Amino acid sequence: MITLRDVNKTYYTEATSLHVLKGIDLHIEQGDYVSIMGASGSGKSTLLNILGILDNYDTGDYYLNNKLIKDLSETQAAAYRNEMIGFVFQSFNLINFKNAMENVALPLYYKNISRKKRNAIALEYLDRMGLKDWAYHLPNEMSGGQKQRVAIARAIISQPKILLADEPTGALDSQTTEEVMQLLGGLNQTGITTIIVTHEKAVADETRKVIHIKDGLIQNIQHN
Amino acid sequence: MLTGLSVSWGIFILIVLLGAGNGLSNGVRSNFNSRATNSVQLWSGKSSMPYHGLMANRTLDFSNRQVKDIDEQLREPDKKSGIIDKQSTVTYGTEYGNYSLRGVDPSYKDIFNLKFDPEGGRFINEIDLKDHGKVVVIDKKVKEVLFKKEPALGKYVKIGSVMFRIIGINSKKEQYGNPTCYIPFTTAQLIYNPNQKFGSIAMTVNELDSKAKNDSFNKKLIGVMSRSLYFDPKDEQAIYIRNAQRDYLQTMKIFNGITLFVFIIGIFTLIAGIVGVSNIMLVSVKERTREIGIRKAIGAPPGSILRSIIIESILITGIFGYFGMVLGIGLTELVNYIMVQTAAQSTSENDMTIFMNPTVSLTYVFISTFILIISGIIAGYMPARRAVRIKPIEAMCEE
Repeated sequence: MITLRDVNKTYYTEATSLHVLKGIDLHIEQGDYVSIMGASGSGKSTLLNILGILDNYDTGDYYLNNKLIKDLSETQAAAYRNEMIGFVFQSFNLINFKNAMENVALPLYYKNISRKKRNAIALEYLDRMGLKDWAYHLPNEMSGGQKQRVAIARAIISQPKILLADEPTGALDSQTTEEVMQLLGGLNQTGITTIIVTHEKAVADETRKVIHIKDGLIQNIQHN
Repeated sequence: MLTGLSVSWGIFILIVLLGAGNGLSNGVRSNFNSRATNSVQLWSGKSSMPYHGLMANRTLDFSNRQVKDIDEQLREPDKKSGIIDKQSTVTYGTEYGNYSLRGVDPSYKDIFNLKFDPEGGRFINEIDLKDHGKVVVIDKKVKEVLFKKEPALGKYVKIGSVMFRIIGINSKKEQYGNPTCYIPFTTAQLIYNPNQKFGSIAMTVNELDSKAKNDSFNKKLIGVMSRSLYFDPKDEQAIYIRNAQRDYLQTMKIFNGITLFVFIIGIFTLIAGIVGVSNIMLVSVKERTREIGIRKAIGAPPGSILRSIIIESILITGIFGYFGMVLGIGLTELVNYIMVQTAAQSTSENDMTIFMNPTVSLTYVFISTFILIISGIIAGYMPARRAVRIKPIEAMCEE
């Protein structure tokens, strides 16, 4: 499903450069439940962004579903993201002036699904997240846990093959963290390859495979 | 919302400004409506210099000979009318008033732009002139005083001791002087002017489209009159010429400067509007960079984002532009309406104005609105294109 061979990434500023990923080799099978752990600045979020085609890498190869992901135009990348990948972010990244239902339905807008149909589907997904009653509320009227569940509903509404979560529980309390992890685990059970970036051991322990990353290199892969 | 309001405001100010410029223009032009813009009138005076053995201080009066001399010796004059001016008591039943009585030719109507409503009858014609008809055209003001609401056409009024039949009512407001009654020139000569002398001749002239040509014509006219009435051509007291065409050309020259000034201010207002709209569009799209990043992350193609921003810009600037346009046109039309109403109610004969009909051509309005909308769209497009080009992860991090 996902194969990375000697992937390197360097960030350049005017004065300095920062080699963040220093030759990542990685293979993730379809349906895997993986977490990436590491200290701040270890390169785990950069790796996730490259996996989600939100950022480019400099050298190496990245195959997604046997397709080399390199030098894609922004339109091609957008099409891949829409078709293959769902994102969950630490800061939720919901659109503030749209209500929960509209936020969830947004990926379907880019699949040219009619408003009526996409809203109906969005309501279904919100129902699955236990948020049907909150469908017409704006994000700023919701708690952190509710916002993250809306973000998860949005991530899976287009039925992606991969779910990428960047510190999905970073802004949540322990009880909500547990609820969110249950949701993500349940989604993985349905066959979605789930990759979570986290620095919380309890979260990583929920996944089947933990990739430890340090200074831009994979240190080891631990199987739970 | 702010973007929209700035578009509305820009267009509103532009229309009001152009309206004010037009109002000024129309006002100045209207002051020349009291007579044809190509009219020349001359009044006889008193000689102040001895000439060819004749003494100074002679009273000079026109007679038919001077009209004939103008006719024969000058090419430019077109319509001509001798003017006999008297004062007389005009009576209808128990109502009477002292009015200016003027003996004129039929062409006087065109020289002085007299106006007749559809039911206002007619002016003096050649038959009245030939028959020495005892017919009179009265100013609307005279009609209102003598006849009140009663119809006046066909009725007889006593002017001095002679009865005249009313054939027309002039509805043009006089800017200066007393209300007037007009009778055929020949009738006036016969009844009120036994010595056949009169003080003024008016005419329209053709082809005098520059100040130089008008000055040259005035000089020729003085020459003809000097030979006809025997006075020194350098004698400035002998006759007085009022050349409306020359005045008009001079005023229009000044006025064209004002028009240019208003136009330049208009252009700068438009530029200020463009800069304002562009800035606000720039800020509003920049504020949405994070949202654009989110949309891209969930699979929005760049073209779709650009399209939605442009459509949004068109809608905002279009709707608010239309709003500003309607408001601007509404205000100028309201001012115009109030001015028309005030003018209609005005009883003052002296209604000179420098401001009139401050409305704007719709073509200018549409062009300016269109320019502002296009600039708003371009200004929105630039940052949107930038936001669409940067990586979604960077866009999402931007605050």
